[in-house]
Amino acid sequence: MSDELFKALADPTRRKILDELSERSGQTLFEICARLVSKHAVSMSRQAISQHLAVLETAGLVESRREGRQKFHHMNPAPLRHITERWLRPDERKSSP
Amino acid sequence: MRIHLNSVFVDSQVKALDFYTNVLGFVKKHDVPLGEPSEENRWLTVVSPENPEGAELLLEPSGHPAVGPYREALADDGIPATQFAVDDVHAEYKRLRELGVRFTQEPLEMGPVTTAVLDDTCGNLIQIMHEG
Repeated sequence: MSDELFKALADPTRRKILDELSERSGQTLFEICARLVSKHAVSMSRQAISQHLAVLETAGLVESRREGRQKFHHMNPAPLRHITERWLRPDERKSSP
Repeated sequence: MRIHLNSVFVDSQVKALDFYTNVLGFVKKHDVPLGEPSEENRWLTVVSPENPEGAELLLEPSGHPAVGPYREALADDGIPATQFAVDDVHAEYKRLRELGVRFTQEPLEMGPVTTAVLDDTCGNLIQIMHEG
């Protein structure tokens, strides 16, 4: 779990995706791409953004759900607790890799 | 050479004519029967009342087998089929929301343009935009 989490957070584009999803929950791939290009000047193919989203989903940081014909993406900050529990609250620590 | 016509594939021409005229506010320009059943096989176009001699939008039957997978893939990723210009995206968003229109993207400022994306209830997403 934590390997995927740190890998997901290591990439600046993926961190920007999380910034945008935390600003407004429930975005289509189209909207995520629009926000990245217009607000962050990220010039990346839709396929590349889609792959970044897949990495975030594997880490549990992004969840997607279908509504009508669309797929909407949401941020799930819960896995970030692993970070705080590991170093900020070591008394609650479980053994981590 | 001029751009005279754009088309969107629609699940039903009857339903699409209602949405594109009564909800979006376009007006019917051409309606020519082309086959059976006649209400779903027409050369059916709408225009903007602000520019009745301008570009037409063809509401095209979606019976071709390639249309389904193509439109599903676009809809899945939230990609609009076409785009219309409005005076004020925020005002239009409010007006259409009150008419029960579903938006997949709320008004978003993207540098020089403001956009929003709505569901036309006939299988397409439509982007509306204004500049400035």
